[in-house]
Amino acid sequence: MARVAFTGNLKRHVDCPAVDVPGASVRAVLENVFAGNALLRSYVFDDQDRLRRHVNVYVNEKRAEPDDPVGPRDEIFVFQSLAGG
Amino acid sequence: MAAMGNRILVATRKGLFDLKRGKAGWRIARTAFLGDILSQALRDPRDGTLYVAQSLGHFGVKLQRSQDDGRSWKEMAAPSFPKTDDRNGPSVEYLFAIEPGGADEPGVLWCGTVGGGLFRSPDRGASWTLNAGLWERPERKDWGGGGFNVDKPGIDTILVDPRDSKRIVVGISSGGVWQTSDGGATWRNTSKGLYAEYMPPARREDPNIQDVHRIARCTAVPDALWLQHHNGVFRSTDGGTSWKEVKTIRPSKFGFAVAAHPKDPSTAWFVPGVKDECRIPVDGKMVVARTTDGAKTFKVLTKGLPQKHAYDLVLRHGLDVDATGKRLVVGSTTGHLWISENGGNSWTLAAGNLPPVMSARFA
Repeated sequence: MARVAFTGNLKRHVDCPAVDVPGASVRAVLENVFAGNALLRSYVFDDQDRLRRHVNVYVNEKRAEPDDPVGPRDEIFVFQSLAGG
Repeated sequence: MAAMGNRILVATRKGLFDLKRGKAGWRIARTAFLGDILSQALRDPRDGTLYVAQSLGHFGVKLQRSQDDGRSWKEMAAPSFPKTDDRNGPSVEYLFAIEPGGADEPGVLWCGTVGGGLFRSPDRGASWTLNAGLWERPERKDWGGGGFNVDKPGIDTILVDPRDSKRIVVGISSGGVWQTSDGGATWRNTSKGLYAEYMPPARREDPNIQDVHRIARCTAVPDALWLQHHNGVFRSTDGGTSWKEVKTIRPSKFGFAVAAHPKDPSTAWFVPGVKDECRIPVDGKMVVARTTDGAKTFKVLTKGLPQKHAYDLVLRHGLDVDATGKRLVVGSTTGHLWISENGGNSWTLAAGNLPPVMSARFA
């Protein structure tokens, strides 16, 4: 099971507690999170299931893409770039 | 007798402001979504439901609904494009217009988006379907975008005909005026008379590239429509089938917003700016332009509006008129909200420190 945690900035908009879910890739892990939290999907992926442009996913300390592999002891962190006035 | 507008929903770049008129005048009665970028706020007059469209830069577009008049909100499914095999497939980037369906179709909503998709909900925003009839028109490849919030084509206006809910006019920036008579199954471009002066001569009258900033319709005489185009003001008296340029507009012909009198087809209001590459009031004087004689003449309304060093811009949805035609609201990107209770003859500043106003609408 990988541990998935979301930025506090996202918690302001949608319920997204940290969860432990199975999955062999970033996308597979996130899909398992969304299976129990459908609204959350649209905050992370766009209409075509692409990672939103300003949303970042890290696996442990490395930035990752949806197809990157995930191990059972890995930690995934989803957060966004903040900018603007 | 139509009711006076005693409430205004103002969607801004940093939240929702719900203004109500009491004995002491207008006040901000409630706020919501403070800090969030909003594009639209609507009270559906058929059932009192409130809707707010969010544009959370990082996290996409969202739709919120309140069934207790704004005390609590619930996130609904936002319009989204069907999945495609194309890795560059479309995604909704901005909810640009949200309108109730007709009086005979409770719960139906229409939503125009940046991305160029028109969506319909049959169930108060619980689910949405892309209107395939318009999306699949081959002319769509000629539609353009570009500019603030509209890097892709944006459907900024949706007008459901009060006589027949299956007849709908939409305005697209930049894709011209489109109409359906069968509830959205088939569409035709009705941009005859519009022209784009900035285009190469051979494309100036191309109906599919016209930059329609906003269209407004007279409720009582629905064939009377007014249109603010990128390079001027146009009018239709045949239900939007054809358009004639209004050259009498002053002090300038550029602008985004237009409001049509609900009962008098000869009366409309505009908020002109200098021109496309200089989007500020002429000479730093904030004005509203009004015609009451079918565009033969315009009066430039200034009373109560700043006439020195005013740099307010009013976006497409920043101007509205109530059901009586007497009360108007103007909200600017500088965060000023002015209200008139006499058809625009004089104005009062109702709020002066709002975030940039994206939409101001009587509720």
